[in-house]
Amino acid sequence: MLYNAVVFLPLLGSVIAGLFGRLIGDRASQIVTCVLLGVSAALAVPIFINVALHHHDVTVPLMGWIHSGDLDIRWSVRFDTLTAVMTVVVTWVSFVVHVYSIGYMAHDKSIPRFMSFLSLFTFAMMALVTADNLVQLFFGWEGVGLASYLLIGFWYDRPAACAAAIKAFVVNRIGDFGFALGIFATYVLFGSVSFQTIFAAVPAKADAVMHVFGGDWHALTVICLLLFMGAMGKSAQIGLHTWLPDAMEGPTPVSALIHAATMVTAGVFMVARMSPLFEYSSTALTVVTVIGAVTAFFAATVACVQTDIKKVIAYSTCSQLGYMFCAIGVSAYPAAIFHLFTHAFFKALLFLAAGSVIHAMSDEQDIRRMGGIWRHVKATWMLMWIGCLALAGIPPFAGHYSKDAILSSAWASHTAVGQFAFVMGVAAAFLTAFYSWRMLILVFHGKPRADEHVMAHVHESPMVMILPMLVLGLGSIFAGWLGTPDFVGAGEAAFWGKALLILPNHGALVGRTGVPAWVEMAPLVVALSGVVLAYVFYSFVPSLPGKLATVARGPYLFLVNKWYFDALYDRLFVRPAFRLGRSLWLGGDGAVIDTVGPDGVAAAARDIARRVAAWQSGYLYHYAFAMLVGVAVFVSWYVFNVR
Amino acid sequence: MTLDLVPVLPELLVVAAAVAVLMWGVFVQRDTTRDGFVIAIVAMVAAIVALGAIGGDRRLAFDGLFVLDRFAVFTKIMILLAAIFTASMSVDFLEREKIGRFEYPALVLFATLGMMLMVSSNSFLSLYLGLELQSLSLYVLAAYHRDSTRAVEAGLKYFVLGALASGLLLYGISLVYGFAGTTAFGPLAQLLGSGGATAKIGVIIGLVFVMAGLAFKISAVPFHMWTPDVYEGAPTPVTAFFSSAPKVAAMALFMRVLEGPFVHLFVEWRQVVVALSIASMVVGSFAAISQSNIKRLMAYSAIGHVGFALVGLAAGGAIGVQAVLVYLSIYLVMVVGTFAVILSMRRKGAMVERLDDLAGLGKTSPMLAFVMGVLMFSMAGIPPMAGFWGKFYVFMAAVQRGLWPLAIIGVLTSVVAAFYYLRIVKIMYFDEPVDGLDRVLGRPVALVMAVATVGVLALTFIPGPLLAGAKTAAMALFPAAG
Repeated sequence: MLYNAVVFLPLLGSVIAGLFGRLIGDRASQIVTCVLLGVSAALAVPIFINVALHHHDVTVPLMGWIHSGDLDIRWSVRFDTLTAVMTVVVTWVSFVVHVYSIGYMAHDKSIPRFMSFLSLFTFAMMALVTADNLVQLFFGWEGVGLASYLLIGFWYDRPAACAAAIKAFVVNRIGDFGFALGIFATYVLFGSVSFQTIFAAVPAKADAVMHVFGGDWHALTVICLLLFMGAMGKSAQIGLHTWLPDAMEGPTPVSALIHAATMVTAGVFMVARMSPLFEYSSTALTVVTVIGAVTAFFAATVACVQTDIKKVIAYSTCSQLGYMFCAIGVSAYPAAIFHLFTHAFFKALLFLAAGSVIHAMSDEQDIRRMGGIWRHVKATWMLMWIGCLALAGIPPFAGHYSKDAILSSAWASHTAVGQFAFVMGVAAAFLTAFYSWRMLILVFHGKPRADEHVMAHVHESPMVMILPMLVLGLGSIFAGWLGTPDFVGAGEAAFWGKALLILPNHGALVGRTGVPAWVEMAPLVVALSGVVLAYVFYSFVPSLPGKLATVARGPYLFLVNKWYFDALYDRLFVRPAFRLGRSLWLGGDGAVIDTVGPDGVAAAARDIARRVAAWQSGYLYHYAFAMLVGVAVFVSWYVFNVR
Repeated sequence: MTLDLVPVLPELLVVAAAVAVLMWGVFVQRDTTRDGFVIAIVAMVAAIVALGAIGGDRRLAFDGLFVLDRFAVFTKIMILLAAIFTASMSVDFLEREKIGRFEYPALVLFATLGMMLMVSSNSFLSLYLGLELQSLSLYVLAAYHRDSTRAVEAGLKYFVLGALASGLLLYGISLVYGFAGTTAFGPLAQLLGSGGATAKIGVIIGLVFVMAGLAFKISAVPFHMWTPDVYEGAPTPVTAFFSSAPKVAAMALFMRVLEGPFVHLFVEWRQVVVALSIASMVVGSFAAISQSNIKRLMAYSAIGHVGFALVGLAAGGAIGVQAVLVYLSIYLVMVVGTFAVILSMRRKGAMVERLDDLAGLGKTSPMLAFVMGVLMFSMAGIPPMAGFWGKFYVFMAAVQRGLWPLAIIGVLTSVVAAFYYLRIVKIMYFDEPVDGLDRVLGRPVALVMAVATVGVLALTFIPGPLLAGAKTAAMALFPAAG
């Protein structure tokens, strides 16, 4: 009951607010969804204690779903440590975002719809993390995708929002195509989609081959790479990341919940869930590491030159997700999930704080037109600082513990890709600190660059927005410290139990305790230098960034244009697709099908009608003539045809 | 030779009523129109009761010239019902137009009598007598509105072309008699079945002329030309009568002749029927598109429906006849209901009959629009309305007898025909209302409308009894198979 409630209460809230929102009004919709989410979040705590700390894994069967031949798919709710951790993250972040939305969306005209979508998202995310088989996971996966689409395009009267929503959906389709193929391949290999059955059968199939495109390939590698393609789309890894920055068109609470804390981490969760498969494919792990490392570095570089406050944080999210995949690639799944856990708090906090800033600055999002507002919004300012400290990995804030674990695991894996990931990760850590403080300084410090009108209106957000941020702020401070012995450290093996599988020869996480001191210190040192550099650039010598941009114009443009990914995709896929569509529409449908089909037939019918009606001259002798012609024709027919 | 008058009892009732109406009209010194209608309707109801009482076992009368079997009973009941409903709708109209006279019910009775004799004919002579009795009455009815030039023109056209058709028919009969030596249906069938006709081609050409004469009565293309002009010109109640009972009678006669004496020439006459059917479906569907007068539209609609019914006849056999009877019954209900609606199209007391006059009816008179909507959907053959089942059975019969192309053409033309039926629905519900029609409905008209709507809905959902009745009626034409 407890376990079902945590999943289905958000759905109930969504249905109530969505179907009866107009009836019960804005306030009641907010209360219903927040209370139900609150109950759900409260239930997450005993579940976490029972499942994760006392190791009572639970699977609650709900009902049969699809039964066809060998295929037997059931609905059930599965809780192990991994799910329990995700449940805490999802329900709590979702709950505080729900509450925050009461304040942030106060002036919107469709509040019930917004609350309903948020709760719908939460339900889908819970369905995803509690899935017991791949198909149910796919249901949640698509459900969160749907909710994401609906929420990015929430302000559907803005063309940019609609475009961003479509882009998010389409780019995710590409990833989901791979994911779906991965599920099919899994079914082909194992004859089942149930996690329990698959995982039990993996060792026996470790060397199985699959015949694809005329070649024999290691089956598990094929499956893992296909599944990872889905994860790349959902978690915005390089190549399929282009939708995430655009998704910032959605309301800021959405960015915090979906595009920072929860949905985008679904890819990380899924790969961790499938760890028993990935562990048997070193190729797949290598690919995961490289993609993660490159994404971490790439996104961090782009974040350094963004001017929209939300896009800075969006690229930062992209970068941090790259870290998580780095950890997974070196089999440090606990470190990845730990970072997911801490990141959820500080990144959601940063987004909510950014929302609070935007709120204060009369919907201004460009950090070049901010500055010097810290006196007016002290609470937001302090919370933003906490978020940035955690993001940059400064001890004792949350990010330090998890990022440290990832980087030292990468080093300790003693593989070439591990070293590569370490180097990229350290570089990204430097950039992370740089862009975080760049943002802090430009937004809060220095001289105000906004006009007087805006500055006069700068005001602190209401308590209903501050309190949720405080909760996240506490999480950003303490999550790393509290999680250390269990998530990664002495207790990790006991804590994770059977939820994550790490083969004995993949000992990066264990080996990280023995890394040299400089490896331990490197992230912190580079982070501090990043902070210092940001102060030099934006506080002490403010003319420096402009000069650098002029001197190194090529690299600067490369970064401003986000490594030309969007331009490339536009040229390669979008425009040809439009051209093809336009030609099929105008040439194929319009010129051929319509002309020959509906329009042509209609015109012909009208023409025939006119002619036939014209026979009706009204003259008696015409009519008589027609009759006689008829008789004559029939008679001639028989005279010539019957012997 | 004994004179068995039991089989002709219903006809005798109708004759008596017709004579009574005439006598009453002559000797009572006041307006007797209403009395005449009462007498006529009572007599026709009594005739139905008599038919039910006599039952359907095959009986001959008048020296074998007249036959009563289940087929005759079934079609006579249809004819009488159609006559009753259209007659009862007429009273109000005639009184309003101040053309009510006692001859009207008398003519309706004589026409009905002619039709009853037609469907019971067992020889070309009785066939011709019945047909002419019917036709002469109808010529007069068409021109009944003596002061209207259009009505007189319609009556005259109908008369002249009808005379031509009768001439063709008689010529055909004489050819058949000349080559076969008999006019009685039974011996003729035996003769043709045994291959005894020495000059087969002569009989066939006679058959073609006979078919031409009958095709005129059912207004099959290319013998249809009179239909739009007469439908439009004749007074509306007369048009309603024209489009219901005589169609059933002529179609039934067509089937009795083709499946009776000429059943062994099936392969030959089928070719003509197929040609008539295709031409009628095409012309009926396409020509109606450009019509703006609803009575003219109904004329083309009738031509199209005859084409569909002929699909069943082309299929032939008991299954084909059954399909045609089902089709005709459903058509009868729909067409009577539709004319009830047309009869209530009045604005400020005057009849209007343009399609545009229906604009916005959905808002101004929702009930009327609903009735018309149901009827139009059924006419168009939209599933699951009754009209769909009618089409379904004729097309299925055609398919079962291997006439795939005919069924396909039928389906295609019914798509075209759906256009103008649905356009009426569109005009009623989506066009901007013009001045609403008068809200007063005559009680008989409203009653007929209700009966037709309920009938269409009943045939939509419980077609079973009709199917069973049509089946026994069809079997009666094939005594050997039964």
